[in-house]
Amino acid sequence: MKTFGKRKLSPYAKDSAISYGLVTAAFVIVSILNSMGLVSSSLQGQLVPICCYIVMAVSLNLVVGISGELSLGHAGFMSVGAFTGIVISGILETSGLPDVGRLIAAILCGAIMAGVFGFLIGIPVLKLRGDYLAIVTLAFGEIIKNFMNIIYAGKDSTGFHLRTNPDLGLEPTGRMLLNGPMGATQVQRIASFTAGFILVLVTLFIVQNLMNSKQGRAIMACRDNRIAAESIGLNVTKYKLMAFTVSAALAGMGGALFGLNYSTLLPIKFNFNTSVLILVFVVLGGLGNIWGSIIAATILTILPEALRQFADYRMLAYAIVLILVMIATYNPFLRSRVMMLRDKIIPKKDKPDEGRKPRTRRKKSGKEVG
Amino acid sequence: MKNKKFTKFFVVVLAFMMAFMMAGCGGGSGESADSGDAEAAGAVLKIGSSGPLTGGASIYGVAVKQGAEIAVAEINEADPDFQIEFKMEDDEADGEKAVNAYNKLKDWGVQVVMGTVTTGSCIAVSAQTYEDRIFELTPSASSADVTAGKDNVFQVCFTDPNQGVKAADYITENFAGQKIGVIYNNSDPYSTGIFNAFKAEAESKGFDIVAAETFPDDTNADFSAQLTSCKSAGAEVVLLPIYYTPASVIMKQAKDMNYAPVFFGVDGMDGILDMEGFDTSLAENVMLMTPFNPWSTDENVSSFVQKYEDAYGEVPNQFAADGYDAIYAIYEACKAAGVSADQANEEICDALIGQFTGGFSYDGLTGSGMTWNDKGEVNKTPVVCVIQDGIYVDK
Repeated sequence: MKTFGKRKLSPYAKDSAISYGLVTAAFVIVSILNSMGLVSSSLQGQLVPICCYIVMAVSLNLVVGISGELSLGHAGFMSVGAFTGIVISGILETSGLPDVGRLIAAILCGAIMAGVFGFLIGIPVLKLRGDYLAIVTLAFGEIIKNFMNIIYAGKDSTGFHLRTNPDLGLEPTGRMLLNGPMGATQVQRIASFTAGFILVLVTLFIVQNLMNSKQGRAIMACRDNRIAAESIGLNVTKYKLMAFTVSAALAGMGGALFGLNYSTLLPIKFNFNTSVLILVFVVLGGLGNIWGSIIAATILTILPEALRQFADYRMLAYAIVLILVMIATYNPFLRSRVMMLRDKIIPKKDKPDEGRKPRTRRKKSGKEVG
Repeated sequence: MKNKKFTKFFVVVLAFMMAFMMAGCGGGSGESADSGDAEAAGAVLKIGSSGPLTGGASIYGVAVKQGAEIAVAEINEADPDFQIEFKMEDDEADGEKAVNAYNKLKDWGVQVVMGTVTTGSCIAVSAQTYEDRIFELTPSASSADVTAGKDNVFQVCFTDPNQGVKAADYITENFAGQKIGVIYNNSDPYSTGIFNAFKAEAESKGFDIVAAETFPDDTNADFSAQLTSCKSAGAEVVLLPIYYTPASVIMKQAKDMNYAPVFFGVDGMDGILDMEGFDTSLAENVMLMTPFNPWSTDENVSSFVQKYEDAYGEVPNQFAADGYDAIYAIYEACKAAGVSADQANEEICDALIGQFTGGFSYDGLTGSGMTWNDKGEVNKTPVVCVIQDGIYVDK
């Protein structure tokens, strides 16, 4: 894995390869097991949500890890994407388009809509820094939730109707697509594990290529030292806005897939707790570490279900496991042990440029400054 | 410096998250979710359910579970030929978790689903049971969407629109010519569902709603603005199609501002008398539509209430009664259809659908002579009670 032909892989390319490999291997293994009937219904039902949460975690990592801004309203963009996706899928239901086409249309529209929201919200939000930014994103997440609570949409033979009150004046044959706080009901479930897998790959492709591009390096430069970045002529707000908008659009894609996996969806689902849940995936997986986010999202989605035999104590057990994992992964002693073990197994030929890894650099700069 | 702050903020956020999760645990009853272990040698009918056993809505899930457990214990003792094993999973009133819980029940081999407790999660699960051909009878999920388009899903409770219509009809008959105010939760499907139907029916009956005030889920500690608006509009009857926790605050604040309209609640008001720290004198003369009155003199009701109090040390609410009724309705329909426990879920499903739509009638705690239409909705008479001296009195 270290070499590609004659050329040495850069740390970025290595990280990317790990992410793609991880996701593809997991998909192949689960698909084979599934065709042999070895996957329990419980796990089967979680495959699509896991894909959605991976997309959410990777996209939030773009803001929190790569761009270095704490966002607490990521579920809001998921919500926009989910409800847009549901509406688009609902409108196209009678168009004769096959499920796959409808799903693609829904996901694309979800991404565009969430991207627009991300852009609009990003303009005022990214003028702020640090804790202030975090609090304002939290507020926007809540605003999106309450906004979804008053949106009513329906379709009938005269077309599509969108209002902020339930009197849509639909014909008797018409159908409500969004019903305010009652959310979307009677959604056709067209999401599939394969679609989820492809969506994860697309997300990885976008995020990792962005990270490795000129723009990506500019985004990280703005994160590491805003003043230095400005001094060399980088437009900090522009690059932060770019990361924020791309992240929102990807969250919209994840949301659209999530929405089309259930027959019903309430706006209240995308509350502060969901935002924090996604943030936990990112923190646990490591800031800026894409494949870490993938593993964390998968494990933390399966964990509460795997703990069902603890009955009422399961959320307590979940919290304890989470604390232990957090302590273990960030314990310097354990980390150095793992490094030593890794060096023993894979002897280092020459020291890789660790400083180019975003996660390590963040730590380093923290030590230097603090 | 900035990085340090950043890290600190993370710590605070994570600590909050832990606190939330712990709070979620606090609501639980502390017992195992498995129950009614029927150890009979023969086949056992596996009835599965899910509901919020933890979190803010846990009192509903726990009540349904406890009511159902009493029914299962009674049936298993009385009928050695027909044993039931009952298992209830926690879904935190969330559609995603409910689907997970349902899949877990499928791995366990569930044959009939008695659930789920809350509306949102029930719509999500009923789409799955429809595909898997598993019969589903929900004790308390009241939205019309729960049963719409699914032949295998039936309800024990009234639908929300149905309740709104019945409330409007009752008010037309008994409070003719009076001014009506409404305070409802516009981010709650249950509350909005009742209100929308109530409003439509009120328009067709020709009475005026002088004030329709809303509040969102997040702020339910202060209702003085809504009450002032109702008071200045001169509302003599205030409909509260909401759950009892905000309703208790409304009653307290109305008293403080010397505003004494007739408060008219729906089934979500049930439970207010058992609320900790609530002065029951505030609820004096409150009217509510509930299918279940634990102080009724009916023999079956008093026997159930006695057993429930012995087992759990509290007066059962209507959710407990709904859970009890749901188990008995499934049991009696199985007996009538000749279903045996070793049949596959598809066969049981078809047989039970045939029973429920074919004139099957069940006398339960929440209504006698309950019948179901082919849409899955129950037909029973609502009871309007008025609270006097801390108990319900039939009106």
